[in-house]
Amino acid sequence: MDATEKPRMHRRRPVEYVAWLVCALVILGVGHTLLTNPNYEWGVVGKYFTASTVLRGLGLTLVLTALAMFFGTVLGLLIAILRVSKVRPVMLLATAYITFFRGTPVLVQLIFWFNIAALYPHIAIGIPFTHVSQAVNVNSLMSATTAAIVGLSLNEAAYLAEIIRGGFASVDRGQLEAADSLGMRGRSKLWRIIIPQAMPTVIPAVGNQVIGMFKETSLVSVLGVAELLQSVQLIYARTYQTIPLLIVACLWYLLMTLALSYPQSLIEKKYSRTRSRVAKDPAAAQLPMDATLMGGEAR
Amino acid sequence: MNGDGTVYSRALRKSFGDRVVLEGVDLDIRCGEIVCLIGPSGSGKSTLLRCIDGLEEIDRGILRVNGEDLGFRETPKGYLAMTRQEVAAQRTRIGMVFQQFNLFPNMTAKENVMSGPVLVKRTSKREAAARAEALLASVGLEGHSNHYPWQMSGGQQQRVAIARALAMDPNVMLFDEPTSALDPERVGEVLAVMKDLAERGMTMIVATHEMGFAKEVADTVMFMDGGVVVEQGAPTEVLAKPRERRTQRFLEKVL
Repeated sequence: MDATEKPRMHRRRPVEYVAWLVCALVILGVGHTLLTNPNYEWGVVGKYFTASTVLRGLGLTLVLTALAMFFGTVLGLLIAILRVSKVRPVMLLATAYITFFRGTPVLVQLIFWFNIAALYPHIAIGIPFTHVSQAVNVNSLMSATTAAIVGLSLNEAAYLAEIIRGGFASVDRGQLEAADSLGMRGRSKLWRIIIPQAMPTVIPAVGNQVIGMFKETSLVSVLGVAELLQSVQLIYARTYQTIPLLIVACLWYLLMTLALSYPQSLIEKKYSRTRSRVAKDPAAAQLPMDATLMGGEAR
Repeated sequence: MNGDGTVYSRALRKSFGDRVVLEGVDLDIRCGEIVCLIGPSGSGKSTLLRCIDGLEEIDRGILRVNGEDLGFRETPKGYLAMTRQEVAAQRTRIGMVFQQFNLFPNMTAKENVMSGPVLVKRTSKREAAARAEALLASVGLEGHSNHYPWQMSGGQQQRVAIARALAMDPNVMLFDEPTSALDPERVGEVLAVMKDLAERGMTMIVATHEMGFAKEVADTVMFMDGGVVVEQGAPTEVLAKPRERRTQRFLEKVL
């Protein structure tokens, strides 16, 4: 063969063969025990996988996720804006909020809100989520569902506030100066300049929060809200088929997480592409480049 | 109070922490005067422009732009800061062009030019759009209205930035090294737009390293070094026969 035509080849490193071997052994081992251990009761898993109680629980989990993320985002944006305020007491108030809600376990917060609702029914009624609880037809559990939504939303708001604040910080100072020099003031600057430019950093992170929240909702089972985990618990409390029913819940969590991961990866790709496309322009040196986004694109 | 187009200062002083960046700067800039600020980097040219645009607050001294004390109102006891609303109103009458253009990347060229009139002056969108098209044409960018900043060259972006500043009908235009971030072959098109603007009688203060532009267009050249104005005068004097040693040494290096 002509030397100029010869392909370039690489030798596999020995560690790769070892890794494949270990990998195969693990798969065999796990597969073997999954199939041969009768305690998994795969028949029971199949029977309950699409049971109406389980599907209703899954539906409620999705509704809780959506509501908690919606209210969390609205409140989180507000807190992020307060957090960057130049008026000191306002900034301190927002900081205190973030510190409290990030500094205490969300499970404790949920139980706390649940008991507040029991102690002060007027407060619980005054919080405008009432019609939502009715919509999912858990009238008898209304206060628990309300506590769940309030607890998850308020907690999520604290995390989203920090994410959004990070987005604000990623906007180049020159952008603010350009807006200032045109005589632009607070609200225009925020909605027309800062928020649109913070989006590329904020949106992928919010997507991750959605996936996290989907799993976090399982915590509200302690309040007796019949979401996915509580639904399977209600069944195995009756039938004692604990393991197969937990597997049912796990499979649903896994499936939905995978389903959410796909749009999430598209979102991340879209925003990292816009970023690097912008970055190709020499003039775009003014844009602070997000190291992780660039790294993710590089491969 | 519209119009004027003058910049006046006395004993202007600005420091960042312990570092004094401007000391004893006196300006007497007439309406329609073209002033070029030259000097080594770190000499205070940019900071002076930023003070005149109110992006930096001066420590001491008098600074009047368009005949008004900038950002502060004189009272018997001292200078009292204006409200943000009043400061913003003053800024609409001062245009600033940045070294890095600072176009809004989420807006097209036309939207960038419209942003000031629409968001600040509450001009109707139709009117602002028509004006933006005209301004873009006047800087040689007809047909680029719907391009985003990343689709344009540096020179084109900087011309959009100039149009954006002009859309507010300022009385004074400040240019902070407007061609320093450009590829050499793109410098001319931006300078041409600035020359055109100068001929129309706009008061302009330009921090620049383009000695050719200073020589040809400026009424006054100011040489700054170490935060002070070392020498100023007509370009034929300062550039051709500088009196101060520091000016001579600087010009030897750049010419």
